[in-house]
Amino acid sequence: MSGHSYQGKKNIPKITSDRLLVKGGRIVNDDQSFYADIYMEDGVIKQIGDNLIVPGGIKTVEANGKMVIPGGIDIHTHFQMPYRGTTTVDDFSQGSKAALAGGTTMIVDHVIPEPGNSLIEAFDQWRSWADEKTCCDYSLHVDITHWNDSVKQEVDTLLKEKGVNSFQVYMAYKDFYQMSNSELYEIFTFLGEMGGIVQVHAENGEIIAEEQARILEMGITGPEGHVLSRPEELEAEAVFRAITIASQTNCPLYVTRVMSKSAADIISQARKKGNVVFGEPITASLGTDGTHYWSKNWAKAASFVTSPPLSPDPTTPDYLNTLLASGDLNVTGSAHCTFSVAQKAIGKDDFTQIPEGVNGVEERMSLIWDKAVTTGKMDENMFVAVTSTNAAKILNLYPRKGRVAVGSDADLVIWDSDAVRTITAKTHNSAAEFNVFEGMELRGAPSVVICQGKLVLEDGNLHAISGVGRFIPCTPFPDFAYKRIKARKQLAVLRAVPRGMYDGPVSDFSPMSRGGTPSASARTSPTKQPVRNLHHSAFSLAGPPTTEDLPIRPAGRRIVIPPGGRSNITSLS
Amino acid sequence: MSGTDHQGNGIPHLPSERLLIKGGRVVNDDLSQYADVYVEDGLIKQVGDNLEVPDDVRVLEVNGGLVIPGGIDVNTCLMKPHLGCPPVDDFYLGSRAALAGGTTMIIDHVTPQLGDSLLEAFERWQESADRKCCCDYSLHVDLPHWHQGVKDELEVLVQEKGINSFQVYMSYKDSFQMTDSQLYEVFSFLKELGAVVMLHAENGDLIAQEQSKVLSMGITGPEGHSLSHPEELEAEAVFRAITIGNRVNCPVYITKVMSKTAADTITQARRRGSVVFGEPITASLATDGSHYWSKNWAKAAAYVTSPPLSPDPTTPEHLHNLLACGDLQVVGSAHCAYSTSQKAIGKDDFTLIPEGTNGIEERMGFVWDKAVAVGKMDENQFVAVTSTNAAKIFNLYPRKGRIAVGSDADIVIWDPDRTKTITSKLQQSAVEYNIFEGLAYRGGPVVVVTQGRVVYEEGEGLRVQQGSGRFIPRQAFPDYVYQRIRTRNKVKGKQGVSRGMYDGPVYDVLATPQYITPSPSAKTSPTSHQPPPIRNLHQSNFSLSGAQFDDNIPRRSGQRIVAPPGGRSNITSLG
Repeated sequence: MSGHSYQGKKNIPKITSDRLLVKGGRIVNDDQSFYADIYMEDGVIKQIGDNLIVPGGIKTVEANGKMVIPGGIDIHTHFQMPYRGTTTVDDFSQGSKAALAGGTTMIVDHVIPEPGNSLIEAFDQWRSWADEKTCCDYSLHVDITHWNDSVKQEVDTLLKEKGVNSFQVYMAYKDFYQMSNSELYEIFTFLGEMGGIVQVHAENGEIIAEEQARILEMGITGPEGHVLSRPEELEAEAVFRAITIASQTNCPLYVTRVMSKSAADIISQARKKGNVVFGEPITASLGTDGTHYWSKNWAKAASFVTSPPLSPDPTTPDYLNTLLASGDLNVTGSAHCTFSVAQKAIGKDDFTQIPEGVNGVEERMSLIWDKAVTTGKMDENMFVAVTSTNAAKILNLYPRKGRVAVGSDADLVIWDSDAVRTITAKTHNSAAEFNVFEGMELRGAPSVVICQGKLVLEDGNLHAISGVGRFIPCTPFPDFAYKRIKARKQLAVLRAVPRGMYDGPVSDFSPMSRGGTPSASARTSPTKQPVRNLHHSAFSLAGPPTTEDLPIRPAGRRIVIPPGGRSNITSLS
Repeated sequence: MSGTDHQGNGIPHLPSERLLIKGGRVVNDDLSQYADVYVEDGLIKQVGDNLEVPDDVRVLEVNGGLVIPGGIDVNTCLMKPHLGCPPVDDFYLGSRAALAGGTTMIIDHVTPQLGDSLLEAFERWQESADRKCCCDYSLHVDLPHWHQGVKDELEVLVQEKGINSFQVYMSYKDSFQMTDSQLYEVFSFLKELGAVVMLHAENGDLIAQEQSKVLSMGITGPEGHSLSHPEELEAEAVFRAITIGNRVNCPVYITKVMSKTAADTITQARRRGSVVFGEPITASLATDGSHYWSKNWAKAAAYVTSPPLSPDPTTPEHLHNLLACGDLQVVGSAHCAYSTSQKAIGKDDFTLIPEGTNGIEERMGFVWDKAVAVGKMDENQFVAVTSTNAAKIFNLYPRKGRIAVGSDADIVIWDPDRTKTITSKLQQSAVEYNIFEGLAYRGGPVVVVTQGRVVYEEGEGLRVQQGSGRFIPRQAFPDYVYQRIRTRNKVKGKQGVSRGMYDGPVYDVLATPQYITPSPSAKTSPTSHQPPPIRNLHQSNFSLSGAQFDDNIPRRSGQRIVAPPGGRSNITSLG
């Protein structure tokens, strides 16, 4: 696969095999925790246990009883994302450094082709940017920004040959990225058959467009207009609709950026009804709220602008952390997409023009630890599940990623649950001037980060090397999502009722009439031709059909008893 | 008003009866009391004990029977054409059936076709009903399309014609279906007029997809109708309609609640404070969708309606529970009866089967049997859901829906113990297949009084006069619906934050339209042509970013402006 060929292609010197022993740590996976040493070689975990027999002279890291967890997987980033002729300020190098500093050893970035452009070209473009700069392993989601047969072909290729198994569609951004319900149905059907994961950006774009116009008309142009025009129920509505379509098409659904309580509740209810749906809250929705949109400081308020917006309800983060702990929400991303203040200022006179995105790749793991684990909502195993393991399962990378086990990639973090740090834009690794978590004191931080078997964070020093990150191909039909889907496919076969031909009288009707029960559009209905009944000639009661379209007819015209008597209305039974 | 005109337009008016209903228990939605009721000139003149009445009045001895306000059937389609054919029950047959079942007022749907004038359609309906209808009636108008002309017609209908409720469709793709944006506009407009927005809630886009899928699998019979209209599509549309209603702060009325999930969605929304009303119909309250799989095509086709009956047999009971606890408010019949030969238009393709079931006559009986007789609901709530709530929502209260001095004398004497087995041979409707065939129910009218005249007596049958029904005009802004909306309008104002001008650097944007964060379409947005690409006047003193015009190629991060000229502090213009 392309992931492997890459090493040779670019002639990046393969660093001489790093052998590393982590001693005296408590290994925490999503299912259990236990004390053991870990020996790794060539970027892969080779042995786990006590009293390992290892070569002499290797570097040893003393964990001193601290937790050793699988490196985090940030399933949602936008590094180096082009936007109106500029790009986000964190490129793949800067962004992945921030990720590593926070204990995340793999990122999954979104490829966003412009509507009308080739998906594969965009994918190749992102590959080249990421290969050049990323400091940790990465995978890619591809966003489907328009839909036609050639896109379908490209999606097929990406799934089968390029190692992409997840595709995002948009229900918002009217007249731009937004898909109609029919298109969503087709995409879901197609991906459901091909074994892909459908990710949705769930917001009702049509109503947002109406609300934006209304808010601007009221003279509200600042960032508070962003949240006023995107109330959380529009998010919940779209989530509900997406789940309905996914359930109809028997396709697993992944909701990116769960930002509000009501959207999370919809996911939670759907899961109780048996829908295969996954929800991804992001660092920002787990850590802060939308009250900042009303900040008097325009630049600060604008730095919180993202879609769906942060909910102004200050109890939201707590609620989402609870659902994460209970397993109703499954994975966490950061949706890290940072713009400078000058870039945000594109929208200084019109909130609809503010580039959307918040930071969070570096803060993600600490924040969840602080809000969920130290408060007793979540245990350390669940912490591993929501920050790493579940993401690996959805991407079909498990157990290579997301687990500390023999044969898995040596992406490990020694987690210091007592470390306390204060988040501030002055010290963070992102290039953004504002940090939406500014001033927060978070307990829990990585003390050592091992990526690809190499120490990248130790004693507070980051030694990340740009360009060492590998593309990790994801394969279709991840079991985590598709086992249930496959079983349901076998059961959900629709069958017709075998009946004899109906041979009673048929009312005459004018097929050209504007009225009537509308049928499926011509495009979709294979049986659209007007139905002419062969028995029609035997039916004389109805009188001349020319008068049929008069709206009011005497009641006497109806055919209560057809010729031949009532009994033959029912041909069989 | 046409309603009052009607008296003069040549239809003979029966001499009004003077009537004393003696010894009954008067049941309103709020209380039951033993009292006599005296009726004169079509109005209730006195309610109480030992009434002083003239000597020559007709006295009905009730002996402790229930005296309830006549039922109001809020959803009938007695003239809705399908491919040019009107239903077999017109206003005459339909209203006869209504009266026989204890319903003394109907509200019919005016269904103009695409491109038709609403006013003309309304007049056609009114003309036909004035000629034929045997009980008082009013009309809803359905909106088949949406444009400026429709707005003008709506204003006329609301302000001059006495119509305060309009139905819009979220289903029937490429025909009646409205987009979310159109719904938003319709809601905003009708709310200003003070009308009730009724919704046919199903996701038409997905139905179209499912229909083609089901047809392509070779399923052409009525079971395909049910398979292509799964109940989640109903629930989805209900959810969406409520969301839009909340955004616009507009009350929402869901017609034909057919499934548990749709009903639950309404329930949850009411818990969150939405102003939403749900209307289950006779069919969804009394039978289920398992019949779509009947081997008898004609029988299966008789059940075809949209949204379809749910195949889940526990649905009727669930809907009755919600009616009893007040989460659903009114019961309609959605009576729209097509003959078997009309249904057979779709014998080779279920999408062409005319949609509609009967239920106008059976409506009150089933609610009594399945809810009151089993102890789910008390008699007062029975009156509320079959009559009073409808009168309140559509602004007919207390003229209709209540037994009180001054109210119209639409009265039913109800026998809770009478049992009746339904069969198409004994029904008033002209339809060959009654979907409730063979079912029995307890409870039914003994005497029906409408406009102060006895039109039905058990044993003597119906004595109605064609064309005696009056059009009842309805005022906008029904209190039951709009009081809360008005208050919310006042308190829900939005305000911007007053800030100083942002005077920091602004990134220069390439004005490629492709990249623009989409703004509302030109059609709807008064502001979309407002600010073209923003040019910042401060831009000239901003030198750090240098050559920006090659910025469309990806750049390294060093290019960003961390500290603008003048230092970071002036990024934020004010504190």
